[in-house]
Amino acid sequence: MDAILLQFLNGLDKGGAYALIALGLTLVFGTLGVVNFAHGALFMLGAFCAVTFNKLLNLEQVVLDETQKTAWGSALEIRTPYVETLFGDFGHFLIDYSVPISILITIPVMLLIGIAMERGLIKYFYKRPHADQILVTFGLAIVIQEIVKHYFGANPIPQSAPEIVAGSANIGAWFGLSDNIVYPWWRLVYFGFSAFIIAAVFSFLQFTTYGMVVRAGMRDSETVGLLGINIQRRFTVVFGLAAVVAGLAGVMYTPILPPDYHMGMDFLVLSFVVVVVGGMGSLPGAVLAGFLLGILQSFASMNEITSIFPGIDQIIIYLVAVVILLTMPRGLLGREGVMEE
Amino acid sequence: MKNSVLHVTDVHKSFGGLQALSDVDLNVEEGTTHAIIGPNGAGKSTLLNVCVGRLKPDHGHVVFNGEVLDEHTPDEINQLGVSRVFQTPEIFPDLTLLENVLIPAFASRDGSFSLRPFSKLRKETEIRDRAEQALADVGLAALKDREAAALSRGDKRRLELAMCLIQQPKLLLLDEPTAGMSRHDTNRTVDLLKTIKARGMTKVIIEHDMHVVFSLADKISVLAQGKIIASGTPDEIKGNPKVQEAYLGGAH
Amino acid sequence: MKQIVSREPFALLAFAVVILTMPLWLTPLGANYPDLLQKFAIFAIFAMGFNILFGLTGYLSFGHAAFLGVGSYAAVWSFKLFTMNVLPAIAFGMAFSGLFALLIGYVSLRRSGIYFSILTLAFAQMCYNLAYSVLTPITNGETGLQLTLQDPRIIDRIFVEPGPGLPETNLFGIDMSGYPGFYFCAVVLIICFFITRRIFKSPFGLTLRGIKSNQGRMGYTGYSTRPYTLAAFVISGMFAGLAGSLLAVTDPLAGAERLQWTASGEVVLMTILGGVGTLIGPMLGAWIIKYFENIFSSFNKSTLSEIFSFLPENLQAFAVDISSLFVGEGWHLTLGLLFMLVVIFLPGGVMEGWRRLVKRFSGGGGGSPESAPVPQAAE
Repeated sequence: MDAILLQFLNGLDKGGAYALIALGLTLVFGTLGVVNFAHGALFMLGAFCAVTFNKLLNLEQVVLDETQKTAWGSALEIRTPYVETLFGDFGHFLIDYSVPISILITIPVMLLIGIAMERGLIKYFYKRPHADQILVTFGLAIVIQEIVKHYFGANPIPQSAPEIVAGSANIGAWFGLSDNIVYPWWRLVYFGFSAFIIAAVFSFLQFTTYGMVVRAGMRDSETVGLLGINIQRRFTVVFGLAAVVAGLAGVMYTPILPPDYHMGMDFLVLSFVVVVVGGMGSLPGAVLAGFLLGILQSFASMNEITSIFPGIDQIIIYLVAVVILLTMPRGLLGREGVMEE
Repeated sequence: MKNSVLHVTDVHKSFGGLQALSDVDLNVEEGTTHAIIGPNGAGKSTLLNVCVGRLKPDHGHVVFNGEVLDEHTPDEINQLGVSRVFQTPEIFPDLTLLENVLIPAFASRDGSFSLRPFSKLRKETEIRDRAEQALADVGLAALKDREAAALSRGDKRRLELAMCLIQQPKLLLLDEPTAGMSRHDTNRTVDLLKTIKARGMTKVIIEHDMHVVFSLADKISVLAQGKIIASGTPDEIKGNPKVQEAYLGGAH
Repeated sequence: MKQIVSREPFALLAFAVVILTMPLWLTPLGANYPDLLQKFAIFAIFAMGFNILFGLTGYLSFGHAAFLGVGSYAAVWSFKLFTMNVLPAIAFGMAFSGLFALLIGYVSLRRSGIYFSILTLAFAQMCYNLAYSVLTPITNGETGLQLTLQDPRIIDRIFVEPGPGLPETNLFGIDMSGYPGFYFCAVVLIICFFITRRIFKSPFGLTLRGIKSNQGRMGYTGYSTRPYTLAAFVISGMFAGLAGSLLAVTDPLAGAERLQWTASGEVVLMTILGGVGTLIGPMLGAWIIKYFENIFSSFNKSTLSEIFSFLPENLQAFAVDISSLFVGEGWHLTLGLLFMLVVIFLPGGVMEGWRRLVKRFSGGGGGSPESAPVPQAAE
């Protein structure tokens, strides 16, 4: 029982990441009709926003202290980050909270990147076949990934969560269960964060006139265009929004998975599977499938399961995708006629 | 009395709340040309879609030569000898006209999958001759190496007709075969369809052009709001007051 | 209709001459060494086979690397278990990849469009993940499958005493490394070209093109399309397996990275770059990519500084900085850019560019302004 609950919790944070990425993918596909293979790169860029911010904060002032000598006989270097010399305790606070604070820079940066991408490239591909869209965004993803690799290197760069949430939560005790159910705080934070973002995106679509137009556009973009609404500009905003959501998913994920240049691609492949399982063009489907597959993957990695079906944890998501695609041709919540040919 | 080849019995089809076909009964006799007319939205194309397996009827059956068509897939229905010209031409836009006609010519009549990866297209002279003849029949021989996408709408329709005729179907379904054609081309198509009639091919034709209908049809059925309201010879239909009403009523 | 003289023998002869003289005409381009030549031939086969599926039927598979990998593993196992002779290895490679393609294709082809792409991707990822984890006894995981001195090689042992070192792959005694290896791959390529050409010109090929053009119409024309697409899928899977086993022939080891989906992406790129659906386009695409990969990835900062040495010092540093993005480790960046440029400006690939050029110079004047000269790798 404990083990099952623990695995369930373990699936939540990964599921949250899948759901957020898949949400953006679906939004872009549903409104713009574009299959965006560079969406994973946006996730990765978000993560590297956190890395960059952290690097900037950690730029160090080096002072040589002649009174102290190292073992080699040279003066001891005392390194202090500039922010700490400048702001004292507040600087220390900034460094400690660098991951959540970097959200503030991620939002404008990702919005800009998203808009630039849509205006500069994607908009020319609305009328091209899906295969062309896949290929050009695939190329773009490689380019982004290689640039990041050039400047940040190929190795993962670990990021730490704020100290206050560094440990684990004893969730079992909260609910009067055994003490064995401990769960890292930050993962809990990530789950809450992803739930919040999902709720925010849905309420934006549900309760604002802007969102209403976007939803109408997902149903029938031609008609909405005929009503005299500037679809183009809204497309740009939708793409920017999707980029921000992916970026946020990436920023907050950095303490869980040290970011490297190819993390976007790894997540993209899985997220596409998520989107297809949820049903192309269905936002609730994307969220549902994201969490479902995240949890399923976590269950499949239990020792009890892997000892019966060795390797099942490696392939479970793909296996489920295959079964769902073959038995439910439109995915869990997909509409008829989307991407049929 | 001639044999009846196509029976449509009690066919219903609705899309959501819209009843597209209700209680449709139709008998098409062998070797005849049976026209279906009616105002727009009467369900004529839906009826043909049910016949070729594009849609499944909600209930009721379509029986062709003893085979229940609604239990078959489109390719099986074609293998039984049913070909169709669509309202919006369904051709192979990226291929040349000749290739467009060669594909139906190669569809083996027994329905089996044949790979033949090494037989050369160039050597299949007998089939090529037939394909060129089929193009010549519809007056497109001069354009045989043109890409089909470049054709006018009327020419695409003629190409599609050639694609159906080369299969020598037992039953040919024509959905507005002359729409978008000039008067001259319409007359030629009518002449062509008349010669096929002489060969004994059964045809069901949907047409708005009454000139075409009355020059081809042996029998006419009138479809309005998903129901057959009248059936009979052209003369009977001309004098039927219900038909007049359906057309005039449909106009308002 | 009168019988037209077949152009087939002429086309085949011309092709064979071009391929077999590659060491000659690639020398001025600085590409005449066996490793690269072998890659040219092998990846040409891979791309050509992929094109039979993608180019003719329009089904975009994102999992063809799986068949390449399966072919490699099967070939290495043939070397390990039976004999260092390459013919059984190739046969095993093709048989196993064909079997895999049959299974994966049977399931994946039930869907079309992007769903098909995702299904093939899912299968390929499954193979990749399993190769790294549970199937380690077969694939040797991250290290990759290699020859060892303890291998049984039962057939070889009947005829000869095993020598002291690791044996070389051979074709009845001819070592398959270096130029002989290239000529072997070249002959296989010529055979593959012949088969592909025949498929293109056959009723089967026409059927596949019909499926790409209007699959719905194929149904109303009496074709059950799935057996045809499955046949194309299996054939192209076997081409990939053949290419994979040839990789093992020229260098007898197989690693799981060969199954990764980036490798699938590479073959898609080769095909697009050369020209989807054309007979020799994919081969040209494979050559261009392997050629530039070879050149670009060999550059490093010092060679770049030499190249830009004519510039003033700070300008030189700047130029080196910028260009180092695109070479060496950064070769993939160039590849990605190339990918985008081709899809944006030249969706028909090199072959399309060639046609536009011919049209312009033959006085047609129909070439559009963006038909810029494209790198031509052959002829």
